[in-house]
Amino acid sequence: MIVSILTAALVVAGISSALALVISLIDLVVNNYGEVRIDINDGKKNLTVKGGAPLLGTLGENGIFIPSSCGGRATCGVCKVKVLSDVGPHLPTELPFMSQKEIADNIRLSCQIKLKADIRISIPDELFAIERYRARVEKITPVTYDTEHITLALLEPSHMTYQAGQFAQLAIPPYEDVKGETIRAYSFASPPSSADKVEFIIRYVPGGLATTYVHRHLTEGQELAVIGPMGEFGLHEGHADMICIAGGSGLAPIRSILIDMHEKGIAKNSIWFFFGAVAGRDLYAVDEFHALEKAWPIFHFVPALSAPAESDKWEGETGLITQVTEKYMKEKMDAAVPKEAYLCGSPGMIDASIKVLRAGGVPDDRIYYDKFS
Amino acid sequence: MPPPISPVVLLFTAIFTSNVLLSNFLGMCSFISVSNNLKSSHGLGLAVVLVMTITSILNWTIDHLILQPMGLDYLNLIVFIIVIAATVQILEMVIERISPALYMGLGIFLPLITVNCAILGIVLFINIRSYGPLQALLFGIGSGIGWWLAIVSLAAIRIKVDKAPVPAGLKGPGITLIIIGLMAMAFMGFSGMVSVQ
Repeated sequence: MIVSILTAALVVAGISSALALVISLIDLVVNNYGEVRIDINDGKKNLTVKGGAPLLGTLGENGIFIPSSCGGRATCGVCKVKVLSDVGPHLPTELPFMSQKEIADNIRLSCQIKLKADIRISIPDELFAIERYRARVEKITPVTYDTEHITLALLEPSHMTYQAGQFAQLAIPPYEDVKGETIRAYSFASPPSSADKVEFIIRYVPGGLATTYVHRHLTEGQELAVIGPMGEFGLHEGHADMICIAGGSGLAPIRSILIDMHEKGIAKNSIWFFFGAVAGRDLYAVDEFHALEKAWPIFHFVPALSAPAESDKWEGETGLITQVTEKYMKEKMDAAVPKEAYLCGSPGMIDASIKVLRAGGVPDDRIYYDKFS
Repeated sequence: MPPPISPVVLLFTAIFTSNVLLSNFLGMCSFISVSNNLKSSHGLGLAVVLVMTITSILNWTIDHLILQPMGLDYLNLIVFIIVIAATVQILEMVIERISPALYMGLGIFLPLITVNCAILGIVLFINIRSYGPLQALLFGIGSGIGWWLAIVSLAAIRIKVDKAPVPAGLKGPGITLIIIGLMAMAFMGFSGMVSVQ
């Protein structure tokens, strides 16, 4: 009896371990891609790396930073690169971010391509300028109950050259249950003139890995790595009425652009900044922009609350930021002057704003936006 | 003793007269859910052919060389399932390496085959009917092809039906089940002509 029970257990265990052994052996052989060569921009840079990992992370480890805001989860679609060699068909995870033309040109999401063989890629030359900066957290200022304004002093390299409206990635170190570095992108809130100190506005997202770290664990004086600059959002030239619409932490790039314009004396016919929040407790930077309004005659600042609380004693504009924008476009702006718009905030806010702007006669190619997703 | 049936006859039997899907109704879940797309149906069908062929002969070997000589027949259900899971895992790794295009085509369906009851069903039929090695192999291949044939034909029919004026209450799963019933009856015609077990 005992013997037969033992044999039964041993046989099942034996067969299972034999199969497990076969699987591990095959895994060793099949998933060993050895050393892989990456040829960037026709030999401008050659890397020899260990294969098997995604292209985005492998490039990052070797000092080449492809812009990405989600950090390799195939949700932002920013880390596109042109692949010149054959790496197989587009994955279902890539297709939602690709136009027909991009598919034909073999533009790929670098976070989804596993390095299996030598590969040739082409990236814009300016990406070589992206570097990883060591920085020290100089100041953390809570601006609302859930939003912090963070100033980082760059240590090594000590200066960053960036354009107003661009963004950088913060490399959040491992903490608590989060293993490995978490990479998330945030727009600069500071103007490019502040090359040794960069500022970000970070709103707490419940459950967000990076924002939880920033709000709960980040302390003044500690070091944090910044990778940048990245992105193409920024000011466009030309005589026009400039309409800026932002919600929540979307104020950051608009702040960078406006301060930069004011510092450099770049003029537009008029500049309108519509800043939307739900109630008084979500509003910040109001005094700063009202002060800018006084010092700069062409600039107008319009904060608006969609659902002001009793205690706010709100006397400013009330309503969704899109309704307020629509009203001002009709009543305060000259329809004869061409318009351009800069939007930054949640995808919902941006889509709603685009509709209003279109109806108000702003051409699609003059609506520039940066979606936070 | 293996039954005296030619393995070649078994191959065609498995495809037509005792089709695993349409006469035994095994593997219905993926049959209904995947058949709304012809391309995925084809991919899943091919994966089933591959896995069924390999697991039927592999399980026959383990059954006859290890379990039966040691009098451990009662363990066969556990062992069969482990072997199927391991086979699918190995296939997945190998296909990813040697043919990324096929791997892409099969997608999520390859790992899902682990829990496809048609695979285990065929292995158990082979065991219960005491088929010989060649019979087991051809019965496995035939059943796989039969499963592929059934799902691809259903997908092809559904393309037509999608454009037809189906009453609102029957749209989707309703009409699909009716189609499967009609297909099963048509295949029953085959088994009426020749009866092989």
